[in-house]
Amino acid sequence: MRMLINVPETVVADGLRGIAAAHPELTVDVERRVVVRRDAPVAGKVALVSGGGSGHEPLHAGFVGPGMLDGACPGEVFTSPVPDQMVRAAAAVDSGAGVLFVVKNYTGDVLNFEMAAELAEDEGIQVARVLVDDDVAVTDSLYTAGRRGTGATLFVEKLAGAAAEEGAPLERVEALARRVVARSRSFGVALSACSTPAKGSPTFDLPPGELELGVGIHGEPGRERRGMMTAGEIAEVAVDAVLDDLRPSDPVLLLVNGMGGTPLLELYGFNAEVRKVLDARRVPVARTLVGNYVTSLDMAGCSVTVCAADEELLRLWDAPVATPALRWGR
Amino acid sequence: MTGTTYGAAFAVRWMGTVAAAVAREADRLTELDSAIGDADHGANLRRGFAAVSETLAKEPPATPGAVLVTSGRVLISTVGGASGPLYGTLLRRAGKSLGETGEVTRAGLADALAAGVAAVGQLGGAVPGDKTMLDALTPAVEALRESFAAGRAAAEAGALATVPLRARKGRASYLGERSVGHQDPGATSSALLFAALEEVAAE
Repeated sequence: MRMLINVPETVVADGLRGIAAAHPELTVDVERRVVVRRDAPVAGKVALVSGGGSGHEPLHAGFVGPGMLDGACPGEVFTSPVPDQMVRAAAAVDSGAGVLFVVKNYTGDVLNFEMAAELAEDEGIQVARVLVDDDVAVTDSLYTAGRRGTGATLFVEKLAGAAAEEGAPLERVEALARRVVARSRSFGVALSACSTPAKGSPTFDLPPGELELGVGIHGEPGRERRGMMTAGEIAEVAVDAVLDDLRPSDPVLLLVNGMGGTPLLELYGFNAEVRKVLDARRVPVARTLVGNYVTSLDMAGCSVTVCAADEELLRLWDAPVATPALRWGR
Repeated sequence: MTGTTYGAAFAVRWMGTVAAAVAREADRLTELDSAIGDADHGANLRRGFAAVSETLAKEPPATPGAVLVTSGRVLISTVGGASGPLYGTLLRRAGKSLGETGEVTRAGLADALAAGVAAVGQLGGAVPGDKTMLDALTPAVEALRESFAAGRAAAEAGALATVPLRARKGRASYLGERSVGHQDPGATSSALLFAALEEVAAE
């Protein structure tokens, strides 16, 4: 596997140095692995902090900026960050109005953010947490760690970030974030496995000509393996998996997300198929975002996320945002 | 030798031996983790225990309890993932339970580790049989009351016994039935703790 890196040990730090070089509007602490808005803390504003393993870029550091996150903590590749990073980020962005931790539902992220919340509260920072668990491929039962957090993280960070920017207090921002989670569902498909820099080879075995339906964003397996399908067939499986779980009565926000190794041309073609299926199921689409936003290193594949959006959520979606990866309305 | 007691230097040697064992076994742990997890267990634990050794060498704490508390804190700050908080909590709670005592018996160590194991269960919400580190730790702590060798053997047997289990916690739980037939990486690394303990006690 050819990778555009120096050595595997420094990929996260090297990436952060690159973010710092490209985005002077962010403050990047490469050593301690904390990225915050340059103008943080913003007086009177509730702050949003997220974080997770690296390898999902632009999530989360690419979503730091006005209208979205105030801070992000990247961990090692596919490994949750440590509590020290989260506490440091919270302290850097807290204006006194409190901090919302946006946590994807993986055991490591949940445990580290839990410890961080305790430590931050010891320092006098008011902390609330929202858990994102939108992946319908995993059965939410006593026998699993629960649904994984994937594409809906972008919706939570954008919509709750917009509410915070408007001046909503912590309880309102937290409640809104929970509402977005409750109204969002995702389903992912892998056409190839991803390779971590440390391992240098694919982390799971997916023979050519097969695909994994319901894949997670770390190459975790999903519901089943099948022989190769067309974009139209994949769209049908993905959309129906989502709609089986959540039948939206409102128009939806639609994220057609690339996993990192699939060209945009293919993603747009896939989006056309997704729209066709949604039209046939009579689910109106209010807004669409197509691109690589919640990725899995070099994995080929895609995910579909819908969020049933009421008027308030639509207004917050359209609100201005200025981050490295999402930018509009200013 | 029931009367033997163990002090801070013993605890430091124990952590150093764990660090060496984790470094030696890192590739195997990662291999196990790539079958049912995300292929980073070896690398993450190696980084954490290397930091533990470095910290203990710089400022060796005065009591065995303090050695374990410091080790736990360093793991929480350096490992990440689920292993960081879980291993960190195991050692931190065990250390706290030892208190200020300068010398500890094997039975005292077993009591302290039992407190640590209970805290791990509480934090992770797992019980024995869920195919986690608890499957090695729980029997090992009980057997440690008998001897260091029994603790090591029980941990290894517990880790091996995870092979036919279906994972119910952590990332392997997403596999459901497909997790059956693989040895749990967390239980495997947990067994290294008890192998190192026996090794250091025999010195």
